[in-house]
Formats: sequence, structure tokens, C-alpha cells
Amino acid sequence: MKFLFDSDTWQEIYGSIRKNKIRTVITIIGVLWGIFLLVVLLGAARGMDNGFKKIFGDFATNSVFVWTQRTDIPFKGFQKGRRFRLNMNDIDALKSEYSDKIKFLASRNQTNNLLVHDFKSGSFQVSGDYPVLDKIQKKNLIYGRFINENDINSLAKVTVISEDIYKQLFDKDEMPIGQYIKINNINYKVVGVYGPSKGIDLDGDTVYIPFSTFRKVYNTANKVDWMVITANPKIDIVQMESDIKLTLKSLHKVHPEDKRAFGSFNLGTQIDKFTGFLTGMQFLTWFVGIATLIAGVFAIGNILLITVKERTKEIGIRRALGATPKSIRQQIILESVFLTTVAGMLGIVFGGFVLYIIDTTIGQGEDAALVNPTVNIPIIFIAFVTLIVLGTLIGLIPAHMATIVKPIEALREE
Amino acid sequence: MIRIEKLHKSYPIGKDSLHVLKGIDLHIKEGEFVSIMGSSGSGKSTLLNIVGLLDVHDEGNYYLNGQLIKDLNEKKAAILRNKFLGFVFQSFNLISYKTALENVALPLYYKGMNRKERLKVALEYLDQVGLKDWANHLPNELSGGQKQRVAIARALVTKPKVVLADEPTGALDSTTTDSVMDLLKDINDQGMTVFVITHEEEVAEQTKRIVRLKDGVITSDELTKAAKAV
Ligand SMILES: Nc1ncnc2c1ncn2[C@@H]1O[C@H](COP(=O)(O)OP(=O)(O)O)[C@@H](O)[C@H]1O
Ligand SMILES: [Mg+2]
Repeated sequence: MKFLFDSDTWQEIYGSIRKNKIRTVITIIGVLWGIFLLVVLLGAARGMDNGFKKIFGDFATNSVFVWTQRTDIPFKGFQKGRRFRLNMNDIDALKSEYSDKIKFLASRNQTNNLLVHDFKSGSFQVSGDYPVLDKIQKKNLIYGRFINENDINSLAKVTVISEDIYKQLFDKDEMPIGQYIKINNINYKVVGVYGPSKGIDLDGDTVYIPFSTFRKVYNTANKVDWMVITANPKIDIVQMESDIKLTLKSLHKVHPEDKRAFGSFNLGTQIDKFTGFLTGMQFLTWFVGIATLIAGVFAIGNILLITVKERTKEIGIRRALGATPKSIRQQIILESVFLTTVAGMLGIVFGGFVLYIIDTTIGQGEDAALVNPTVNIPIIFIAFVTLIVLGTLIGLIPAHMATIVKPIEALREE
Repeated sequence: MIRIEKLHKSYPIGKDSLHVLKGIDLHIKEGEFVSIMGSSGSGKSTLLNIVGLLDVHDEGNYYLNGQLIKDLNEKKAAILRNKFLGFVFQSFNLISYKTALENVALPLYYKGMNRKERLKVALEYLDQVGLKDWANHLPNELSGGQKQRVAIARALVTKPKVVLADEPTGALDSTTTDSVMDLLKDINDQGMTVFVITHEEEVAEQTKRIVRLKDGVITSDELTKAAKAV
């Protein structure tokens, strides 16, 4: 190892690298390209991943939506095609049965109504909701607040409206908070205005009122239109979806095999599909990058081999002057490692630079395709170590070739 | 210094083998100035390469500085070469991308001498061959005679016991030949053993002992006038 820190060793390597400029450049380009590809592709894959996460944004992704449809199988004396509704008892039953798995459960009732403020009006979706909805999909509040427990308990006639509704019903620069709007001819006090949410939007332009208020005003009694359930982290959402439906089927006397009675939509499954795609992408990236890298290192080995042949004479001279086979081997391996390492570093620097360019040009803004395309330091480190190892291994071949030629053969005058 | 007994060497050529040296007996004492003469293909280089530990013999004994040379591995051979032997080749064999000074210093690198000291010693030797002012020139900027003098300085820099020269003047014109031979004579006068291959009678005459080789055997071995004159 001492030879590594010997300035003479490096002097020799510098001399031979400078001597073989074309070789040096070609080899460096080979490996540089490999590691460059690896860095850029991995960064791009990461950017896609980030962009994808941004699409879901503030939405709790391990969520499932459940609603009722018509039965498909006659059961317990009921005809096929029976209509039925979810109700508050279902909610309580689910909450207690899955208390360890459910993180949030929001039951919802919705309808469409005319909204009036002064002389302006418009028809919008009206939704009776619990405060927990704000946890499932974070509302991007511009003014005021979302519905709270107090509103629920006091059956308050308050509402939270979207920015677009606000613009349609209010004059410019008019402060909405504390003002009243008529929904279906009943006055509600505006307590909050929300802007577009980041990522998936559950409802579009909707006026939210307390679930309890909705229930009383629209006389929905125990009925529930549909519900959103968010599972605790690490809970298999797909499994939970079918478990919940089974529980609901038994509560509503629906045949366990009935596929139509309950409708549901599971964001987790969609995400899994896309995550799978991304994982595939990353795998492909690694594959392509490493293959290129190996090709580059082989090119180095090959060119070193050629130069060893070109340099047979020089090696013969050195050996006549007292170079041991070991010292020759060391020099050639060190040349190989040095070239791969320098090329690797350049590749990383250029790759990083390109990622930086991508980030500053198309990686910014609301609908960027790639968001924060970056590569982990450990990955770079591993790639770098791999390069050094490969450089050493591939240098072994020409190093060996250099020493099996007898000095006499190397020196023979033709 | 060099003792050779019944030395044989053959080269395999396909299935056959070419018997090049057929029982050579030769004894060269320390401080001698010997030339080997013979026509092309008579085995001169083969003999010199064996003496120089660049090649191995098949049969017979070879003692270098009293040490029997047998079953040497490459590493030991390299160390012995570096310690006892200096080489001068017909085609100079300088390393093209190193300056004259660096070329001369190279054997000292393999001896493990540090760079500063190495370059200092190398410069002294370049001075001795009259090329101090050319120290930082690359070989292709030097004339043939200058190159050979650099090569000689390189052969001497490790203070070897024996200098082996394979047709050192083969690529030179007559004036530069003389200057190179004068240099070798100086070296010999300083007490170093010099062993030269040549096929030029005038060159051989300037040494002190001529060994004639023909078809792999020594046909004559006599002292020259130069030797007798001393
Ligand atoms: N490595 C080798 N393999 C096969 N034949 C060789 C080899 N080296 C030399 N020879 C043959 O051995 C003979 C002697 O060669 P050499 O010693 O170089 O002669 P000289 O130097 O006297 O001209 C020649 O015929 C040459 O072709
Ligand atoms: Mg010859």
C-alpha cells in the first residue's frame, strides 16, 4: 500500500497517461458515460417519483371509498336488485370493529342546491361533513377555518366555500368571513374559504356544512350517502376494503358473494400500480446504468490491454532496468483505477450538473414532470466503490499480460 | 565475475528446436573489457541475454559474481539485474516520453531511491557522458550518438559490476562510434567489467579481449593489441 502514497508512483502514472492522450480520453469517456447515465436516470426516476407523490399531494393515499348500489344475489328472503342505504349504525359498527386499523372515518351526505348571496347565485354541490374530512384531504384554507366539533354539536348553520364559489357569489375584495349565503333558502354564515388543494381533489367546488346540520335540514335521519376510510400506516388497504365490505354485507343482510351490492374505490391499488411502474423504471435504470458502466470499464480494460501491447517494449526496458513484475503490475492496475475513478468523478459531476439543469428548467412549478430529481449520496458512493473495484479487476488482465511477456521477447530487435 | 561452463541453449521452433549455444565455456574476470564477435545468427545476443539474466539457459552452469544462477524467479532476476548489471542496446531503448535525465534516473527509481536524490545522481552521470546540457530534452531531440550516451549513463547510474552492450555502435556512424567506444573504455578504466557484442572489427579491436563465436561454439579467444600494449 505504501506505493500509493509515493509521489514517484504518481509521477510514473502521470507520465504514461500524458503519453497516451487518446487512450486516456477514450477510456474516460466510456466510464464517464456509464456513470453519467446512471446518475441522470436515477435522478429522473426519483424526479418522477416525487412528481407522482405530488399528484396525490395532501390526500391520504391509503384510503378507500364505500357506497351502496343494488344487490345482485337474492338472500334471506330478499329479492335480487334490492336498494338500500348506509346508515349511522354502520359507521359505529365499523369504528368499533376496526378501531385498531382505521385512522379516520368520514361519513358524508351530499346534494345539489342553489346558493344565493345578495343578487348573485349559482348551483353547487352541498356536502354534510365532519371535521375529520380535513385530515383525509387537507383543505387549503385561504380565509377562516374548516368545520369544527362545535359546529357539529350545536348544529350550527355555518359553511365553508371554495374560492371559485366565493368569486362567483361575492364582489371583488369583499371579505366573505362572517357574511351570510342562502343555501336552499336557509341562511348560513361563511366561516372559511378554501383554495384548490395540492394533488387529487376529492370534491371539486363544494360548500361544506356540518354533517349534523345537513342531517336536520335535509331530514336524512340515519342515512349516510357514502364514506371515506383512511387506514393506519402499514395496514393493507386492499385487505381492509374487502373486510369492511364483508362486515357491511352481514349488517345489511346481503349475500357474502354479492359483488354489486357495495361499490368501493381504493386509492391504494392505483398507487401500487404506479409505484410498481416506478420500481420497474428504477430497476431498468440500474440495469442500463450498470451495463453501460461495465461496458465502459471493459473498454478501459481493453484499451489498457492494447496499450500494454504497444508498450511491451517499454515494459521490457523497465524490466531490464530492474522493474519487478510486481511493480509493473501495480503501475498498470493503478493506471486503470486512476482512469476509472477520474472518469467516474467526472461522470458524477456532469450527471449532477444535468440534474441541476433539469431541476431548474422543467423541475419547478405546479405541473412539473420531474420534481427534485436527485440521487442519494450512498448510491453515488456505492457506484464509486464499484468503479474502483471494477477498475482494479479489469486492470488485472493487462497487468498480467504485461508481466507474462519475457523481457527478452519484449526487447528483441527485429 | 562471470563464469560460464558447458552452457547450452535451444529455442523451440514448432515441434523442432534450434540449438543456438552448443557448450560455451567462458570466464570473464572483474575489470575485463571483452568483445564477442561473430556473424549474424551465431548466438551472440542469446549469450548476452543469458549473461544479462534476461533469458535462461538449458544446460551448464552460470555463476554471476560467484553466485550460481539457477531457477531464478522474475523478481530475483529483476533485483540482480538492478544490482549487478547495466544494459546498453543497439537501438538505445530510451523511454520516449521521458527526458534524458528521467531516463537515466529510472533504474534508481526501481532501486527505491527518492526522486530528488535520483535526479541529482542522474545528472552527475549525464555530465560524465557530456550531456549535462541536454538533461531536459526528450530522446527524439537527441542524435543517435547522444541517445547512446544517455543509454550508457543509464546503464552506469546504478554502479553495476558489469555493463552489457549488444551492438552499441550498430546504429551509429564512425565518429559517434568512436566517441561511444571511448566512453566504454573510460568506464573500463574506472574498473568496471564491460562486455560488448559487435560485428565490427574496428570496434572489437578497441576492447582488450575478443571472443569469436561461430555456430554456437567459441572458435577463438585472445587478447587484443590494446591489451598487450598496457
Ligand atoms: N526467442 C527466439 N526464438 C526462436 N529463435 C530465436 C530466438 N532468439 C533467437 N533465435 C534464433 O537463434 C539464433 C541466434 O540468435 P542471436 O543470438 O540473436 O544471434 P546474433 O545476435 O548472433 O545475431 C538465430 O537463428 C535466431 O533466429
Ligand atoms: Mg544480435
